[in-house]
Amino acid sequence: MDQKPGPVTLITGTRKGIGRYLAEYYVALGHQVIGCSRGPQDYSHPAYNHFRVDVTDENQTVAMFAKIRVLHGGLDNLINNAGVASMNHSLLTPMKAVWGVLDTNVAGTFLVCREAVKLMRKRGAGRIVNFVTAAVPLNLEGEAIYVASKAAVASLTRVLARELGNYKITVNAVGPTPIQTDLIRGVPTEKLDALVSRQAIRRYGEFRDVSNVIDFFISPQSDFITGQIIYLGGADVR
Amino acid sequence: MESEKIVHIIFAVIDETNAELPADWQIEKSKDAILFGNGGKLDSLGIVNFIVAVEDRVLEELGILITLADEQAMSQRNSPFRTVSSLSTYIAELMGRES
Repeated sequence: MDQKPGPVTLITGTRKGIGRYLAEYYVALGHQVIGCSRGPQDYSHPAYNHFRVDVTDENQTVAMFAKIRVLHGGLDNLINNAGVASMNHSLLTPMKAVWGVLDTNVAGTFLVCREAVKLMRKRGAGRIVNFVTAAVPLNLEGEAIYVASKAAVASLTRVLARELGNYKITVNAVGPTPIQTDLIRGVPTEKLDALVSRQAIRRYGEFRDVSNVIDFFISPQSDFITGQIIYLGGADVR
Repeated sequence: MESEKIVHIIFAVIDETNAELPADWQIEKSKDAILFGNGGKLDSLGIVNFIVAVEDRVLEELGILITLADEQAMSQRNSPFRTVSSLSTYIAELMGRES
């Protein structure tokens, strides 16, 4: 008997870190996963398609969605993981770094959402999960532009939730705490420990903490959950 | 020839849209039909749906990716989304720029 194909899930930034983990995780759950990153991907699986795309490049991104349309005829889930960080005191942050972070984290997230919605609306449903960070509610010093960019993503998430409710597309976000990935490789341990000590639950995050929240947001039963931001570890509990 | 295809696409989207509109609030299938603005049948969300549906059909039927909603077009006094005819001319212009 033919099996019904699994949901079509696009994950951005799948070359490494959380994105790579999520690609493998959702393939294992039977999703048809599309991944993208600026660089080449060394993960391959029959249920995984990789595109080399810079999400700040409108032409490249729109072309990727045209191919997804041909390959899958639509899209069920978008996990907007691609992001970059710049961790430095504001007085030591060059404008090139400022524009780079805003471009990828804000403009890239927006562009991918915009194009994804065009495919989702044809199915009359869709799930978008954006990525913010625990550093937003903690107003973490030393990460001014990164935090500001993710605060913008939080606002984007809530506005899109309102704009897209009519299409039965939900838009939510997850805010991870520090997880041992490349993103925080250059951050001194004492700074990370200080951050973790401000969480309600004082431990580093794990990839599974992130996928747990995403599982909830993209579940078919979560069709009444939108505009919500879940920070891991109780980072936003005051 | 190309302009006939474009009008055909717009008419198909009008059919789709009319299916969602009340019987006494249907968009006329003519080149002079007003889509948006004074006398138009589409509200602001309606025009968003209409534009995206036209983009979809242009891609599906003509294989050309166009983005209709650029900032200038949305704010022009003589909006290209005003009538079927103005929209068709605008799409032809964009397709000319793409090719």
